[in-house]
Amino acid sequence: MLVDPALKGRALPPERFAVERGAVRRFALAIGDRDPRHLRGDVAPPTFPTTMRGGTAALGVDAARVLHAGEEYRYRRALLAGDELVLTRRVADVFERRGRAGAMTFVVVTAEARDAAGELVFESRTTIICR
Amino acid sequence: MARTLPGRGEEIPPLVKPAVDKLALLRYAGASGDDNLIHTDDATARSVGLEGVIAHGMLSMGYLGQLLTDLAGAGSVRGLAVRFASMVRPGDALTCRGLVRAVSREDGGALVLLSVWAENQAGERVTHGEAEVFWADEGGRDG
Repeated sequence: MLVDPALKGRALPPERFAVERGAVRRFALAIGDRDPRHLRGDVAPPTFPTTMRGGTAALGVDAARVLHAGEEYRYRRALLAGDELVLTRRVADVFERRGRAGAMTFVVVTAEARDAAGELVFESRTTIICR
Repeated sequence: MARTLPGRGEEIPPLVKPAVDKLALLRYAGASGDDNLIHTDDATARSVGLEGVIAHGMLSMGYLGQLLTDLAGAGSVRGLAVRFASMVRPGDALTCRGLVRAVSREDGGALVLLSVWAENQAGERVTHGEAEVFWADEGGRDG
C-alpha cells in the first residue's frame, strides 16, 4: 500500500489555528461568495475549515498523486473571526481498492475543532485517494 | 427579506457560477492554502497522468456552501457532506442545485435537509452530497 496501514487509528498532534478576518475575506472572494458577512470577514463560509491544512503531511505521500474523494463537515456553531481553535486529527481508516488504473489507497482523516472554551465547533471527515 | 421556507420536494434557487479558469484556481490555491500543483501547473498535472490542471474539489464544495448560505444566511449551515465524483477542468461551468428532502421544526426555526449537487455544462453531477441548514424564523435572521 502507498500509505502505511499501521497509521490507522493514529491521532496526530493537536494544531492551533486562529480564524483571521483577512483570511476569511480572501477565502470568500476566491469562491465568488457575495454574502456581506462573509465578505466583511465576520463569519467564515462553510468550507473555510479547509484552510486549516495539515495532517496529510504525516502520511508521507506525493501530493501530486493525491485525489480528494470526499469531504464532510458537521458544524456546532458558525465559525467567527477571532476564533482560536485547536484541531485534533486522527487517521480513521487506511484501505486499498482496485480500480481500472490499478491499486488505489484510500485514507480517511477525521478532525475535531474546539474553541478556547473547549467547546466543539466543527468536525470533519476527509477521504483522499493515493494512487 | 420575505423569503419563505422551502418545502419537501422543492428545488431551491440554483447558483450559476462563471466558468472555472486558471486565475480562479490560482486564487483558490492561495486563499485555501491548497498549493498542490495539479491544480495550477499543467506540467505537474500531466506528469501524474492528467490531461492538464484540474480544479480543487473543495472549490466546487465551496460553491455548494454558497448555495446554502445564499438560501438561509451566513452561519446557517449545520452540515455538508459531499463526494467528488468527476473532475472539473478550466472552461467547465458549474451550476449548483439543491432539493429539499425533509423539514423539521426546531427552537426558533426549522432544520432543512437537502440533497445538493454541482453539475457541469453537460449536466453531469461532478460533486454531490447532502446538507443540513437551520432556517431561522422571521426576525431571528440577520445578514
